[in-house]
Amino acid sequence: MRWFWIDRFVEFESGKCAKAVKNVTLAEEHLHDHFPGFAVMPGSLMIEGMAQTGGILLGEMNQFEHIVILAKVPKCTFHSWAVPGDSIIYDAKLLEARDEGGSVEVTATVGDRLIAEAEIMFVHLDQRDSQFGSIDQKNFVFSMNLLGILEVGKAGDGSSPAEGR
Amino acid sequence: MASRDEILETVTETLVDALGVDDDEVTEDATLQDDLGAESIDFLDIVFRLEKNFNIKIPRGELFPEGLASDSSLVADGVVTEEGIAKLREKMPHADVDSFADDPKVENIQSLFTVKMIVNFIEKKLAD
Repeated sequence: MRWFWIDRFVEFESGKCAKAVKNVTLAEEHLHDHFPGFAVMPGSLMIEGMAQTGGILLGEMNQFEHIVILAKVPKCTFHSWAVPGDSIIYDAKLLEARDEGGSVEVTATVGDRLIAEAEIMFVHLDQRDSQFGSIDQKNFVFSMNLLGILEVGKAGDGSSPAEGR
Repeated sequence: MASRDEILETVTETLVDALGVDDDEVTEDATLQDDLGAESIDFLDIVFRLEKNFNIKIPRGELFPEGLASDSSLVADGVVTEEGIAKLREKMPHADVDSFADDPKVENIQSLFTVKMIVNFIEKKLAD
């Protein structure tokens, strides 16, 4: 399994806000255990999707020069659930961005239905820190094709997937 | 300008949001780590929230100086040296360094980080 919990960005405004889509599918193994006979997207993975949306929003501001690490989830409330066939939209807004890190607020919605809302904090680790020097997020972003999901709003035929939603 | 009580009230709200504590736990003498359970990452969260709630800018290390205990020039045999205490006074005029100086063990440095320290800092910041 690849650790992608968003499929593509559908909107991206550098340093301000970003929207990403996650299509939930029965092909995801874990949904057969969570729960047997009642497949719902695990809340923890929705937090990861929200963090990937917000983390890339923060990292992009500095061209991924900082290592952006999810540090804390001060608030998270789940209001509903998402099931296979749902397209979850993670809508992240940047609250803070500074040298040490930043924070975002993110909502997860399916259509008009609010699934979850969270506040997420990230810290920047220094590339020169001996403990973390071996992690190169810039390489990570490129080698894992994460930049592909940064191609905002382009479906296979070049149209925006946000259209007609 | 906000009174000290008003500042304390807003600091209390800030700490309730950042640390998930009850507001009656937040007294002026409460220490952030021992009494309120703050961890290192919470300090950045507290700074973010204070900036927002008081509409101020807090430069890195101004409220919570970094790396004090690990600075070998300021510590000898697990005790903060005279030079180290002078440095603390300089870097943390908002903290009760006098009480710390009575028993300057390195592990007591965290006792400097109290609710009162934050209120003192904000009071000074708003007056500037």
